[in-house]
Amino acid sequence: MGHIQDLSRRAFVFGSAAMAGGIAFGFYSGAEAAAPTASDNPLTAGLGPNSVTFNPWVEISPDKITLIAQHADIGQGVGSVQPIMIAEEMDLDPGQFEVRFAGPSPAYFNTGFKEELAPFLASDQSPAAEAGRAAALEGLRKSGMQMTGGSSTIPDTYEKLRKAGAVARETLKAAAAKRSGVAVADIRTRSGHVILPDGKKFPYVELAADAAKIPPVLDAQTRDPATWRLIGKPMMRLDVRAKVLGELKFGIDMKMEGMLYASVKLNPNKGQPMKSYDAGKAQSMPGVKKILEINNGVAVIATNSWYAMRAADAIRCEWAPSVYPAEQADHWKVLQSSFKPEFLGKEWRKIGDVEAGLKTGTRIEAEYRAPYVAHQPLEPLNGIGLVTDKGMEIWVGHQSPQFVQYVAATAIGLKPEQVTFHNQWTGGSFGHRLEYENVRVLAEIANQMKGTPIKLVFSREEDFLQDIPRQIALARYSGSIDKGKIVAADLQLASTAPFKGLLERSGAPSKDPDPQLAAGLWNVYYDIPNFRATTYEAQGLSPSTTWRSVGASTGGFFTESFIDELIHAAGLDPMKARIEMCAVPHYRKLLETVAEMSDWKGPLGNGRGRGVAFVESFGTPVAEVVEVTKTDRGIRIDRVWAAVDVGKVIDPVNFENQVQGGIVWGLGHAINCELTYAKGAVQQTNYNHHEAMRIYQCPVIEVRGLENDPKVRGVGEPPVPPAAPALANAIFAATGLRIREMPFNKFVDFV
Amino acid sequence: MIELTVNGIKRSVDVVPEMPLLWVLRDELGITSAKYGCGVAQCGACTVHIDGKAVRSCQAHIGEVAGKSIVTLEGIDKKEQHPVVQAWIEHQVPQCGYCQTGQIMQAISLLTKISKPTDEQINQVMSGNLCRCGTYPRIRAAIHAAAAKKMAEK
Repeated sequence: MGHIQDLSRRAFVFGSAAMAGGIAFGFYSGAEAAAPTASDNPLTAGLGPNSVTFNPWVEISPDKITLIAQHADIGQGVGSVQPIMIAEEMDLDPGQFEVRFAGPSPAYFNTGFKEELAPFLASDQSPAAEAGRAAALEGLRKSGMQMTGGSSTIPDTYEKLRKAGAVARETLKAAAAKRSGVAVADIRTRSGHVILPDGKKFPYVELAADAAKIPPVLDAQTRDPATWRLIGKPMMRLDVRAKVLGELKFGIDMKMEGMLYASVKLNPNKGQPMKSYDAGKAQSMPGVKKILEINNGVAVIATNSWYAMRAADAIRCEWAPSVYPAEQADHWKVLQSSFKPEFLGKEWRKIGDVEAGLKTGTRIEAEYRAPYVAHQPLEPLNGIGLVTDKGMEIWVGHQSPQFVQYVAATAIGLKPEQVTFHNQWTGGSFGHRLEYENVRVLAEIANQMKGTPIKLVFSREEDFLQDIPRQIALARYSGSIDKGKIVAADLQLASTAPFKGLLERSGAPSKDPDPQLAAGLWNVYYDIPNFRATTYEAQGLSPSTTWRSVGASTGGFFTESFIDELIHAAGLDPMKARIEMCAVPHYRKLLETVAEMSDWKGPLGNGRGRGVAFVESFGTPVAEVVEVTKTDRGIRIDRVWAAVDVGKVIDPVNFENQVQGGIVWGLGHAINCELTYAKGAVQQTNYNHHEAMRIYQCPVIEVRGLENDPKVRGVGEPPVPPAAPALANAIFAATGLRIREMPFNKFVDFV
Repeated sequence: MIELTVNGIKRSVDVVPEMPLLWVLRDELGITSAKYGCGVAQCGACTVHIDGKAVRSCQAHIGEVAGKSIVTLEGIDKKEQHPVVQAWIEHQVPQCGYCQTGQIMQAISLLTKISKPTDEQINQVMSGNLCRCGTYPRIRAAIHAAAAKKMAEK
């Protein structure tokens, strides 16, 4: 403890030329001389004697092999799949290596974001699109930005981790060749050993010192997929056993010698300071050690987190009022008045002559709404912080290591490199662990308690009150149908800007339009001759941030519901019409697949109904069918079928779990969740107000993974967006009621 | 000082009697399988067994339960061989895993009372345990598998 590693000093500079039309990040820098570059290996500095590291992902000492997980595990399983991809190439078996989360370093810059940040449709594989992605990649390389998110772990690491494993394997073989005098070509590897032709075996750990003395074999070739032992085959996630046995320590379970507990009461008017407080009662409560004033509230230091929470609750505070509207109704009013040129985000796509198209045939208009929603992973925000004269150490589960350094350092006047970050296993995120409320507050508290490790735990109520929600959005859609075809669609959306908000709070503001508002809006793959997609960015509302599937969680609902409205108005079958209109062959295949899985044959009758939806988000196309029954007590969600194309399924079991979980997430929040503001604070402060799905409402979910996409894609978020519109479309089929606003329980009951 | 028995071991803690068991386990005794999720019996992540019954430890004041038999997942007899634990591993139920210790304690309790539960009975007993990752299809499958395992053992 107290040891300050030589961590990254960054210069986040995104050339706006590289990002033309996409998003350009602002300049953000704790940059100093001799900033490490992406090619530097951050493992070198911490290497022990007779140990070797070949690249930022593999480290071998005389007693163990350590594989580095650069993406944070927030429950999506990447603490397992990342090392598995390395182990595949290194001929390691599960159990033969340890896994460690990466510290902050530009070496771990996220290459996967090139797909999302280049302004091209995912289906566009043209040379211009690929050139745009290559330019985006260079921007990312220069930025050194290390972030988990956007379903990018697999796209980022699929090539580079296998390559890292191959380099390690070939270098170990070269070391064995040098030691034994046998030609490398006659040497093989198996199960953590280099094996000579005579059968003599060297464990990798025994070769570490030798391997450190030779240059790494950088031109090592990755294996032919036909020879894979692990990838693509059903496997046991490495964290399952420890999680089931209750042995895995999450961030909230960590303990340190001499540690005290903290809890907070913060201004629920987000981003505003505290005016005054009265801690008279709290001061004398059991277990209370100290009461501290911090920037936007108070903290209680106590001997137990329950004492801290209880005392924090007893403090009376006077808050500065919100800068956004205090009452929810006024948030909607702001959105309604945001469809104006001065709030224009961008016209993302225009095909044909929309005005003329809308005048052809029958015109349909609809307004759709999606509320603020909370993330609320089950592990509340927490963290352990220790400030000494040298700097700060912080133990917290987070998706953006470098931004944690920046936020913590900025809060207490340190330089980012004075903050040492230790990532932790995290009990869910859904976008929550991309924000910094706990980080900033923990830095402030630990700074006032220098020398004492402080474990901060938010109460669930405080976590709800401080949750930076999903964007609120309102869509105004127009379309027209003529002679049984959709001839025009004009999709206009006003919304708060989640990704831009996140970047700003990360210290990397952008002036470009928020690309997440285009998700589910511009990437429509139906052959509609006159089409336009336009975003407006509402100003002065609640801060918002990325929430599992981000823009597509709202845009996908609006668009796939509206397309359904147009299809029904044209008198067509929702499935057949979509298949016929779908312009991308392997996306069409997904619709055909869910049609086959669900045995889609048109209306079911007898109070039963099915809805279909198709949304591509983060490059991954997903088609879903939801089946419901109208009962005496309300709508019952019976079954869901999902077809997902990620190009290559790496871990089939976790893949299915992620798809099922994404559907449960999408359905649960669509039926009963919203955050509403009153007097500047959200009114929902625990799960009884914001329940989402429980097991009694969970349908049977059948999943199929297809592998036709030319690229390897992620799966953490893309199953979410089609769930809500497929459900709304099913409810329409069963009842004739068209629901245009989430949560749906405003209009129907669910059983 | 309050004396209590957790997982068959006598312990003593110096806390107020109204402190809920959950924080005695986690912050005083370092027993962390019971998790803090909501604090108001809405999520089930803190589920432990008190005198053999599944209880939300965030609602059980230590002063009232100190004399009873308290068992957390750590103290389940022959834990690794337990049919529920085995089924949870075989079905790879967890994603983030934060709720799963509570789910398992609730499922063990369910199968003690009903040896072969229907989906409806699973819904009734398990709906107090929230899983934000949405592992419900696997929880259901694992409970059925555990029930079958227990039957086979008899």
